[in-house]
Amino acid sequence: MKFLTLLARNRLALGGGVVMALVVLLALVTPILPLADPDVTDTARRFLPPFSEGALLGTDHLGRDLLSRLLWGTRLSLAVGFAAAISAATIGAAIGIVAGYFGGWLDNVVMRGVDMLMAFPYILLALAIVAALGPGLMNALIAVAAVNVPFFARNIRGITVGLAHREFVDAARLSGLSDTRIILSEVLPNVVPVIVIAMSTTVGWMILETAGLSFLGLGSQPPQADLGSMLGEARAALISHPHTSIVPGAMILIVVMSINLLGDGVRDALDPRLKSGALSRPRAATLVERKGPVPASEGRGLLEVQDLRTEFHVGPRTYRAVGGVSLHVEQGECLGIIGESGSGKSVTALSVMGLVASPPGVITGGAVRVEGEDMIGTPYRRLRDLRGRKVAYIFQDPLATLHPLYRVGDQLVEAIRAHRPIGRAEGRAKAIELLEAVRIPNAAKRISDYPHELSGGMRQRIGIAMALANDPDVIIADEPTTALDVTVQAQILSLLDDLRRSRGLAIVFITHDFGVVAQLCDRVAVMYAGRIVEEGPTASILETPCHPYTARLMACVPELGEGRRRLEAIPGLPPAVDKLPPGCAFADRCAKARAECRQGEIALSRAGPRAVRCLYPETPVMEAAQ
Amino acid sequence: MGGYILKRLVSAIPVLLGITVIVFLIMALIPGDPATAILGSYATPENVAKLNADLGLDKPLVQQYFIWLGNMLTGDFGTSFALNRPVLDEVMERFGATLILAGTAFVLCSLLGVAAGVVSAANQYGAADKAITFTVLLGISIPSFFLGMMMILIFSVQLRWFPVSGMWPIYGARDVWALLDHLILPASALAVVATGVIARLSRSAMLEVLRQDFIRTARAKGVRERGVIWRHALRAAMVSIIPVLGIQAGFVLSGAVYIEIVFQWPGIGRMLVDAILKRDILLVQGGVVVVAACYVMFNIAVDVGQALLDPRIKT
Ligand code: SF4
Repeated sequence: MKFLTLLARNRLALGGGVVMALVVLLALVTPILPLADPDVTDTARRFLPPFSEGALLGTDHLGRDLLSRLLWGTRLSLAVGFAAAISAATIGAAIGIVAGYFGGWLDNVVMRGVDMLMAFPYILLALAIVAALGPGLMNALIAVAAVNVPFFARNIRGITVGLAHREFVDAARLSGLSDTRIILSEVLPNVVPVIVIAMSTTVGWMILETAGLSFLGLGSQPPQADLGSMLGEARAALISHPHTSIVPGAMILIVVMSINLLGDGVRDALDPRLKSGALSRPRAATLVERKGPVPASEGRGLLEVQDLRTEFHVGPRTYRAVGGVSLHVEQGECLGIIGESGSGKSVTALSVMGLVASPPGVITGGAVRVEGEDMIGTPYRRLRDLRGRKVAYIFQDPLATLHPLYRVGDQLVEAIRAHRPIGRAEGRAKAIELLEAVRIPNAAKRISDYPHELSGGMRQRIGIAMALANDPDVIIADEPTTALDVTVQAQILSLLDDLRRSRGLAIVFITHDFGVVAQLCDRVAVMYAGRIVEEGPTASILETPCHPYTARLMACVPELGEGRRRLEAIPGLPPAVDKLPPGCAFADRCAKARAECRQGEIALSRAGPRAVRCLYPETPVMEAAQ
Repeated sequence: MGGYILKRLVSAIPVLLGITVIVFLIMALIPGDPATAILGSYATPENVAKLNADLGLDKPLVQQYFIWLGNMLTGDFGTSFALNRPVLDEVMERFGATLILAGTAFVLCSLLGVAAGVVSAANQYGAADKAITFTVLLGISIPSFFLGMMMILIFSVQLRWFPVSGMWPIYGARDVWALLDHLILPASALAVVATGVIARLSRSAMLEVLRQDFIRTARAKGVRERGVIWRHALRAAMVSIIPVLGIQAGFVLSGAVYIEIVFQWPGIGRMLVDAILKRDILLVQGGVVVVAACYVMFNIAVDVGQALLDPRIKT
């Protein structure tokens, strides 16, 4: 039922379905319609044009009524096409299920055979079969079905192999059911949707192919005619009497097109992965739909984030990933943003340069200022110009974030070339220089390596080198060491620290690991459910955490590097950001929570360099600030 | 790379043998006295005797196969009874014409299809995307033979831009221009379906790639959107587009049969259909084996191209 509603929602598929239903209906009632005999020739009435008296669509080269022939031909073509599709699907599925279920040598032999058949351009096989059996509609049907069997067999086998080792099949086997019973009761119901998808996408094709063989004169033999042979016979009079060709040709087009539309709809409705919208491409920059006024610059820091709000709009739901975050970072300073996964820390970082995937991301409020200039409202061209030049990124997993098919040297040069023209030799020299700056040994050789040829630590150094390529003012590092092992992690951190000191970089460091924060960051902001809950100098916070969440985070901090223990040690889960509770988002997990905590917005209270968003802090913020 | 090519060539041997077995078995399906059936209307007593001797049709099936295979390996594909000419000569001559037609169509559909897919993906849900999606749907639903006939009506008969049919002018020079003049219509008609399929799959391959992390990296570097699409995304998408091109080559080759009939192109497809109608079985066998073998070789070339394009493939 759900399938039908999904299908009906797809307007194109619905249109296709309606046309298809009409054609099928016409084909079914053809024998009882008051039509002329399709095979009676009348040479006196040859080639009557359409809309002639007594012949709505005109007549063909033997004076036969075209409308009647068209309907009878459609009937035949549909019957043959569907018969071919059903036989191919049945035989192919049977072969695929048997091969996939029993596996072993049987599977091997069958799949070799299937590969062999698929090594043919399909028409050769069809022609060979027709050559052996002789021309005729039945033989054309056999040929078309036969060439499609391997396709079904391979598809269904793949699915069956996956099913044959699943628990419920094992359980059935252990309970002593026979293989036949298991196949019929456990395997078959699971492969049926796949068979239906495969059929719905190939039946149009098979109608085309049988029509094709008939067109070649290898299918239906006169006087019997399907759409293909009508077209084949009309070809001789194509130039003098085109209507005899256009009538059957247009019918084939209508039939196949409506089937294809319907087939696409069936596939989309049955295969959730392909459902529309699931595969949306991210835009070049995050969509901006600011509702409130743009906050005026307060002139704090090199990078200043003011009341940033970023949401994800997925269908009818709105996830408030970032709900009003304000931050700033000075030249030469390192600011840590710490939080569990889902706290909005990465989304905050990506929002700065409009890199949040959109759809579904939308920036709905606030400002991001680089040297006072608002990045959120700036046109794409300006934003692109600043990306990598003023503000550069280092991402978490360097294997996924480097292009797998370009040499690392070329990727470095490209980063430079995005902002200024640079010659080959100079680019190479600069790439080597960058690799040396991130302490990659043997830099001159490494530039011609591909990312997959390097170790994880080396790849991350490439990522850092790429961020440094244009001497940016700010570097945003999004969990750059999480994917690395302990010793490498320490090396990368000390490299970043050195670079910051020698180049006066401002670094925003996103992490979930207080150990890393302690080692690298001057200040830290703790995020929870899309908001900052505590902020202040690292040393001060480490000494006297104010927010209960910060205290809990620190309590389960592993030693530096043992990041694997993560923050799961805190009982409970952060709230889903599409249904945030009123009041404190941490209340459900907080030991100190009271009724007031759940009542309304809790402000960030500041004292000196410290700030906290909590009604009953572990240490009063005034005290902590001293 | 040399080793990889060699390895692929060696792995093609069983496939090639398999193809000969399949063709042989299909022919063995022919009911009744094989020699008479194979010769059809050419079954004079002398011909039957000659064929029986050639193929050893009185011997066991396995032995027949090896005799037939051995003959083919020495370049003896038998004689076409309808044409009274060695099968191999006829096949080679016709296959050349088909290669010109199908090759042109293949280049056309690869370029247009990939380009349309990229543009479509880059403007997902935009006007260009919708227009391309609809055209693609039309393209994969129209029978190529009907499309060819309509093109003749419009471009040859009405507009008189191109000749109606054939490969060469009946009078006049047989130069490249004359060939192109005759080639454009059939090659375009042949390319349409494959263009649609390639555009569809390129679009989804591109959409898949555009969501990957390295695309975000390219944007974070400040690479222009054009570079992101054509240099970063397309390069990565090609890895999944190339195999599609290999498969579509088979479809182009198959479609050539219809187009050759419609445009009277003297290719191997038309030869095969004529041979089937005249029941000239040896010619069918020879043609099928040669074309299938070439197709297998072409697919090896595709694999090698793939390996050149993707450094992660172990060669
Ligand atoms: S506001 Fe209340 S619930 Fe929230 S952290 Fe503070 S004490 Fe806990």
